[in-house]
Amino acid sequence: MLTLEGAEPFIYRTHGALVANSPSVHYCANLMSARGPRKYVVSVVGQSAPSDLAHRSVLDEVVHPVVRRSGVDRIFRSVATSSAVITFILMGLIGGFLLVKGYDALKVAGWGFLTDSEWAPDQGGKFGIAAILPFTIQIAVVALFIAVPVALSTALFITEYAPRKMRRLLTAMIDLLAAVPSLIYGLWGLFFLQPRLITLSKWMADHLGWIPFFHVDDQYGTSLGIFPSSTFVSGVIVSLMVIPICTAVMREVFSQAPPGEREGAMALGGTRWGVVRDVVLPFGRGGIIGGSMLGLGRALGETIAVTLIISPAFTAKWSILDQGSNSIAALIALKFSESSTFGISALMAAGLALFIITLLVNAAASTVVSNSRSGSSTEI
Amino acid sequence: MTSIDTTSSDRTTMSSDISSLDPGHKASGLTASNVACWFGTKKVLEGVNLDMAPGQVTALIGPSGCGKSTFLRTLNRMHELVPSATLAGEILIDGVDIYRGAIPVTDVRRRIGMVFQKPNPFPAMTVAENVLAGLKLSGLKSTRSERDDLIESCLTKAGLWNEVKNRLGDPGRALSGGQQQRLCIARSLAVSPQVLLMDEPCSALDPTSTRRIEQTISEISETITVVIVTHNMQQAQRVSHRCAFFLAAENEPGRIIEEGPTKAIFSNPHDPRTNDYVNGRFG
Ligand SMILES: Nc1ncnc2c1ncn2[C@@H]1O[C@H](COP(=O)(O)OP(=O)(O)OP(=O)(O)O)[C@@H](O)[C@H]1O
Ligand SMILES: [Mg+2]
Repeated sequence: MLTLEGAEPFIYRTHGALVANSPSVHYCANLMSARGPRKYVVSVVGQSAPSDLAHRSVLDEVVHPVVRRSGVDRIFRSVATSSAVITFILMGLIGGFLLVKGYDALKVAGWGFLTDSEWAPDQGGKFGIAAILPFTIQIAVVALFIAVPVALSTALFITEYAPRKMRRLLTAMIDLLAAVPSLIYGLWGLFFLQPRLITLSKWMADHLGWIPFFHVDDQYGTSLGIFPSSTFVSGVIVSLMVIPICTAVMREVFSQAPPGEREGAMALGGTRWGVVRDVVLPFGRGGIIGGSMLGLGRALGETIAVTLIISPAFTAKWSILDQGSNSIAALIALKFSESSTFGISALMAAGLALFIITLLVNAAASTVVSNSRSGSSTEI
Repeated sequence: MTSIDTTSSDRTTMSSDISSLDPGHKASGLTASNVACWFGTKKVLEGVNLDMAPGQVTALIGPSGCGKSTFLRTLNRMHELVPSATLAGEILIDGVDIYRGAIPVTDVRRRIGMVFQKPNPFPAMTVAENVLAGLKLSGLKSTRSERDDLIESCLTKAGLWNEVKNRLGDPGRALSGGQQQRLCIARSLAVSPQVLLMDEPCSALDPTSTRRIEQTISEISETITVVIVTHNMQQAQRVSHRCAFFLAAENEPGRIIEEGPTKAIFSNPHDPRTNDYVNGRFG
């Protein structure tokens, strides 16, 4: 029987032959694990004599590994496992808390919670997320639509094109920007950006109005007055706070692109862009997705900036340019202090919806990230 | 079979297509004159003069840390990628200065290819895409059939074709270390270099793969000038026509102590230090 020390507890299909053929009972073997080819030490225990094994194609049979761990390994394993468990429990507690608190409201609203647009729990009226959830997503999408390309190019500029000194300065500045509280972005957006963005909004409504997103209802005309409190303006301001986070994550990942591969690409006559396209971007795919998802999480949950900008609306619409928008976080912030117990229960239910959306987005992202390669697998 | 980017196919009318690579070219000569190198303020090479004649294999030997890799990297402008690195002297390819001449740096690196000590195939690309990576990287257009021919001919020259012809669509990282190194050689050959620099290409490989690569070197040296760094004296004797012995005294920059036909260096060296080194007495 073969024992694999330090190997993950899986059944391995073998791949390749013995690479070290010493008289001892330990063999170094290239095995195919669930995560690609790895080198393992194979100890031979039981009746088979090592010399026999050396001549047999031992590693072409299916191996059932028996895992033995050292003391330190065990301690580290238990610490890591318990942290993971704590994280998991916390998530469960938050979800459970929202569910318990929101249960009263959900019971009353039933499926209407998903299909009703208005929000009047305290007036005994209907309430649901059919409008605020789409608004929340629209704002986040607008924010990412701006943030991801900007963050991607900024991160590439910093790691690939900027001179060394500027690189350090820019990195520090991006990290600093990522730490600025969102209220600051919100205030700046409200007083500086909003009055300037509305001319852009008007231009888009006038010239790109045939696209449903940019269409503005003619009954108002396209006077500047209808543009300030829109999905678009809040999305732009949210994008400001998302850009630094995305950039920081992407820059970090790009800067770890394997130097051996970079040099390989250069030595073939690669241009800078060639190196970016064939080495940095394939390597950084996980980071691009991870950074964007982190940004999406922040955009979905952004509260104060959106609250400052929007004028609350409760009818879902495609158009992002004109007056009226909403978001779950902003709704909770606006209504919390004036709600009865039942109203708060309804807000908790809305919070639960936001929580679930965020979880789904992150689960989707981590699936994509784990399917993309990691650089470490290039080791031989 | 493979998923090669086909959007750029059939556009041979473009000015920079694959035929500009001219596979029937002659090997080029490389001349280093009075080369000195620094890392920051530390001088690691001094007064290096070396003629690497067309179609010959030149071996660079010497103890660890004497500047062989540094010298090799000056020959195709990889040295300047190290942030603190500086350089003096001249490197000429067929008489044209590669640093101050009219040849763009990407062309210099394409004409003077490099194989690294550690195999570095592009892991996200398939075997076939790895071979063609140089074309893509330098923006050269080619047709589908040109590419298929190139894949086969380069992998054959690198002694890898028979092993991978049925796995051209596998990722490059799925090959063994020796196969990866031969893939890297095939990848370098695909852009038709006139000179190929190899920095201890066999140091991570088993004897069989090493022999394959030595064979490859002998075969390609008719059309490609080869400069190889090696710590293996037998290998130097087997593959090279000429040999240069580098040595750095303590706290001093490395220099070429002796340079000449391989036979002479190994059987009848002028300098006692060369004699000691090639006979394994130090370093
Ligand atoms: N990036 C670097 N920064 C600073 N010093 C360096 C750098 N690379 C190499 N050196 C120094 O330059 C000298 C020559 O190094 P080089 O790598 O050329 O030696 P080598 O002859 O190739 O050795 P080996 O046979 O071990 O590969 C060494 O003293 C080394 O410490
Ligand atoms: Mg070296």
